[in-house]
Amino acid sequence: MTVVHDIDKKMIYAYLDNIKDPEVPALSIIDLGIVKDIQYKEDELEVIITPTYTGCPAMDVISTSIRVMLSTLGFRKVKVTTVLSPAWTTDWMTEEGKRKLKAYGIAPPNPRQQVCNNKLFAPNESVQCPHCDSYHTRRISEFGSTACKALYQCEDCKEPFDYFKCH
Amino acid sequence: MKQELINYILHLADNALILGQRNAEWCGHGPVLEQDIAMTNISLDLIGQARNFYQYAASLLGEGATEDTLAYLRTEREFRNCLLVEQHNGDWGQTLLRQFLISNFQQLLYTALQTHKDRQLAAIAEKSLKEVTYHLRWSSEWVIRLGDGTRESHERMLKAIDTLWRYTGELFEPAAYETACVQDGTAVSLATIKDEWQHKTGEVFSEAGLPVPENIFMLTGGKMGKHTEQMGYILAELQYLQRAYPNAQW
Ligand SMILES: [Zn+2]
Repeated sequence: MTVVHDIDKKMIYAYLDNIKDPEVPALSIIDLGIVKDIQYKEDELEVIITPTYTGCPAMDVISTSIRVMLSTLGFRKVKVTTVLSPAWTTDWMTEEGKRKLKAYGIAPPNPRQQVCNNKLFAPNESVQCPHCDSYHTRRISEFGSTACKALYQCEDCKEPFDYFKCH
Repeated sequence: MKQELINYILHLADNALILGQRNAEWCGHGPVLEQDIAMTNISLDLIGQARNFYQYAASLLGEGATEDTLAYLRTEREFRNCLLVEQHNGDWGQTLLRQFLISNFQQLLYTALQTHKDRQLAAIAEKSLKEVTYHLRWSSEWVIRLGDGTRESHERMLKAIDTLWRYTGELFEPAAYETACVQDGTAVSLATIKDEWQHKTGEVFSEAGLPVPENIFMLTGGKMGKHTEQMGYILAELQYLQRAYPNAQW
């Protein structure tokens, strides 16, 4: 097994940064933190990714996009491997990713210590409105338009918005 | 040993798939939009979990097995899900009670499975656990909200318990393949999670003002492929396309 040189790895990561999450196109797969590693062995480039949610339909599209992009760049043999453990967490989302999410109108996941509480009828997380920055918001639904989001509404500007829920 | 392990994985997969299929029947019929979306999101998680288990089972089976052949081309007797997951949705209360009973079970099962010796099963359990924990909190709150709600919602929850409780005994009755896997260190011994399941169920029921039934005759058989009448109808819908148009793809 040959370890991919750091410089090459950096280059490949930069290319992968162009692949968007089809369900949240503001984010690249690097922003999401789902690319775990890149390995090069016996002429084969292996990209190791991990799903956000088990049922996320975007994962198949993402695997295909990675293969197509790297083949176009001249890598003859590309393999995309999915690993489940350690399980993806919103902590792996980059700061850049969180910034892009907010600009796109989706509230980024809160830092971990505040949330992921399993207590029943716990008070709603205080989530900042991505439009007017108010914390005066309320949760409308624990589930949202995709597996990774919950639905909130801002009490000040009245806009509803998606919150990328803690996971 | 390999066949027993495959059967155990299929049992876990079938539980997730059939409950996912049942929940998906709510799509477009939920009492309010937010809860309609909740139901379908939970289905999506469960079907995702089922896919992971099926893919793993297919890799052990070889001979052309895929996640699709396992989900779409097995007959009723070959499915090893518990009877509880195949029961009718009933009203919203019955669906929520079923979800709570199963999420409570899955949460304990997957927590334990994470540290068992089969690494891929442990990884699937670890990945599924976060989703199941979210389902458990949501469904626990609903059981309490409805049990401790209006007179009508309370009555309906009593009826739901009456309908579903008889299927909960099976959750803790190991099938022969399961016992073999427990001895081999790959499956969770159900005896080790039963107390905690009862404790959590009792806690939520008590807060909901609902009684925990005692001395109920328990129905079993699903884990060995002997299902209630409802299973045939579920598969007729689930497998229709592959049966009518073999190998159809999109
Ligand atoms: Zn606002």
